[in-house]
Amino acid sequence: MKIKLNDDQVEIARQAQRFIENECPMEYVREMFEDPRGFTDDSWQKMVEMGWTAMLLPEAYGGLDMDLMDLCVIFEAMGSSVTPGPLFSTVLLAAETVKVAGDETQKGRYLTGIAEGKLRGTLALSEPDGGADLGYVRMEARAEGDRFFLNGTKLFVPDAHTADFLIVAARSGEGDDTGGGISLFILDSGLEGISTSLLPTMDSTRKLCAVELKDVSVRQEDMLGKQGQGWDYLQRSLRRAQVGLCAESVGGAERCMKIATEYAKERVQFDQPIGAFQAVKHRCSQMFLEVESARSLLYWAAWTQDHGDSKDATLSSSAAKVYCAENFKNVACAAIQVLAGTGFTWEHDLHFFLKRAKANEVMMGDAVYHREEIARIMEEEE
Amino acid sequence: MDFRFTEEQEAFRQEFTSWLEQTLHEVREGDTPRSFESMVEWGEAARDFQKRLFEAGYAARHYPEEYGGQGRPTEEELIVSETMAAMCPEYRHPLVVTLGLVSPTILTCGTEEQKKKYLPKILDGTHVWCQGFSEPNAGSDIVNVSTRAVKKGDHFVLNGQKVWTSFAQMADYAVMVVRTNPDVPKHKGLSYLLMDMKAPGVEVRPIIQITGDQEFNEIFMDDVKVPIDMLVGEEGQGWMIAITTLMFERAMGDAMIANTQLKGIENMFAVAREVKRSGRPVIEDPRFRQELAQAWIETMVLKCHGYRNISQLLEGGVPGPEGSIGKLLWSETGQRTNEAVMHLQGPLSQVMKGSPWSVDEGRWQHSFLRSKGYTIEAGTSEIQRNIIGERVLGLPKDASRAQRA
Repeated sequence: MKIKLNDDQVEIARQAQRFIENECPMEYVREMFEDPRGFTDDSWQKMVEMGWTAMLLPEAYGGLDMDLMDLCVIFEAMGSSVTPGPLFSTVLLAAETVKVAGDETQKGRYLTGIAEGKLRGTLALSEPDGGADLGYVRMEARAEGDRFFLNGTKLFVPDAHTADFLIVAARSGEGDDTGGGISLFILDSGLEGISTSLLPTMDSTRKLCAVELKDVSVRQEDMLGKQGQGWDYLQRSLRRAQVGLCAESVGGAERCMKIATEYAKERVQFDQPIGAFQAVKHRCSQMFLEVESARSLLYWAAWTQDHGDSKDATLSSSAAKVYCAENFKNVACAAIQVLAGTGFTWEHDLHFFLKRAKANEVMMGDAVYHREEIARIMEEEE
Repeated sequence: MDFRFTEEQEAFRQEFTSWLEQTLHEVREGDTPRSFESMVEWGEAARDFQKRLFEAGYAARHYPEEYGGQGRPTEEELIVSETMAAMCPEYRHPLVVTLGLVSPTILTCGTEEQKKKYLPKILDGTHVWCQGFSEPNAGSDIVNVSTRAVKKGDHFVLNGQKVWTSFAQMADYAVMVVRTNPDVPKHKGLSYLLMDMKAPGVEVRPIIQITGDQEFNEIFMDDVKVPIDMLVGEEGQGWMIAITTLMFERAMGDAMIANTQLKGIENMFAVAREVKRSGRPVIEDPRFRQELAQAWIETMVLKCHGYRNISQLLEGGVPGPEGSIGKLLWSETGQRTNEAVMHLQGPLSQVMKGSPWSVDEGRWQHSFLRSKGYTIEAGTSEIQRNIIGERVLGLPKDASRAQRA
């Protein structure tokens, strides 16, 4: 048993922290919040140079073959500054799905492209009527000859507006209960019939899109993995993406805690720093509890994805998703309360964290969805 | 990062688990935890069980052999503790103070004579200890202790009163925090003594608690003589000894409690299958499924956090006051879980044991009431949040406490 970051991970964290300080100051975050594209090529290129797009990929495709925990260290740092950009969608949604479902040709093309920083991708999964139910896929993939025709709307697709390719989940055959009958298609985002529009979401540091597909014609060889097995592939990549979001949430929560604590030491009212008052002090202590306990769960979830069985992988990613997102939201809210009027202003940075926290709560399955996942597995276990 | 135990440790877990299964088969009927008529009977059962552990070589695996231990890695002790916590917490409970607080303090701070004299008798189940810290005017403000110990020749003479002392009615010995010097700032005048509970002048009065049980007591001391060789550390070090030696046990305690609570969650699922609402088992109701899952999540947080702390300690690190999170986690999680089980049971949650309508023999009703003590005992949640705020986050003390220091 050894539950702490190893020396390499500590070094990765240090580098990531330095990167964030140099390349992603809050002025950049503010600028990108307003910017429809949401990141600069320069910033993306630097992330690529740091090796961040290659970390989880196999060496055969130019990757570094590292563990999810290693990448989580980076997402924690990114969370601490609500770093904008398509790293999450490309690395955890697109690459991880291609890794588990793709054939050699697809992996060669997409994974190598991602590792080199030449391609960005994302996953188009959620649909308007599905809510937070990740397995609710009704988009139709109508087979006709050697082609499929995709029709329907995907919502909350991260970074689709700047992605080179999309992985689209659709129904290509029988079976309409959750999971069954889903197939994945990997397609060029510029294909005829695809129209992408930015959603005006609360957290504009991570862009989410609506993607409409109208009779989009795809070839048989653009199916990712076996027909009807899409949900099996997705479960694995979604779990890993959920854990990545947890790392981001822990990083964000920790930053909020630090902002609030520093403020509580300096701000004087009634002739003493407000942090001396237990009403404020205990709020700060609670933030510390929520940050560190979430980190403990995150470590388990991240480690389990690479070293545990699939049941534990599901239980741990769902548990962490519920707990880390909720704690991030709680800590962001508490920090705003501690900073009071100042925390409520546009000028102070805290609102970006609250907005990211709200986005993380409902992204990749909300708490209701994940608690039900846990209840289902625990019930079967008896 | 590695959440696994080694293969050798897993083999030890298997060996211990099968020993435990067989032993439990001998000492209690069936799988369910035993309940006891009186605290004294409970204490006797715990002593007997500890004796069995000791004879089988499972008591204090990590202690040196000369004090009755096995000289094995600490992970093995953790395995013993967490297995017992899941399978038979009732046999450990009366000894939590003895094994969790007293013996590590003697081991870390006691003299060679004290270690040789007291530790083997603790480990083999002969002696139960209690811990006299709180007093009527020294609750959360623990450094306000006023029990006086005056040195006279080769002994101290104790006068005063302790309160909320768990297991005092069955204890053979006590550890006492007493005031040996009233003329220095509060925490500097305290000393840490071992006291024979059978010494003349010691009187124990049980206090009936919210559950109807009598776990804790008042202890009155009237000219009690304590030999000087029962002083732990130096005079005036009492406060430091009381707070600094217990980090490890606290972390181990968190992981243990997590295992007891995880077992409780399994039982909670069983309750949810049994109890009905609108004619259907509540486990089919999405609202209660959410509560079940949330209880499991929070308990896993406790377990992961406990492991993380232990792992840090095993590497020789000092977790410091962030150990206080563990106390908050287990106490508040434990309360919420108990609350959730009450929700599941609906109006049946009022029925105590002894009725055909009792759910799970009224265990959760008792446990719900008992859980109200979690956030009070071993330092209230408020004190834990002060400790985190001041010692971890570096926030200033409030004016009244800052003045005193």
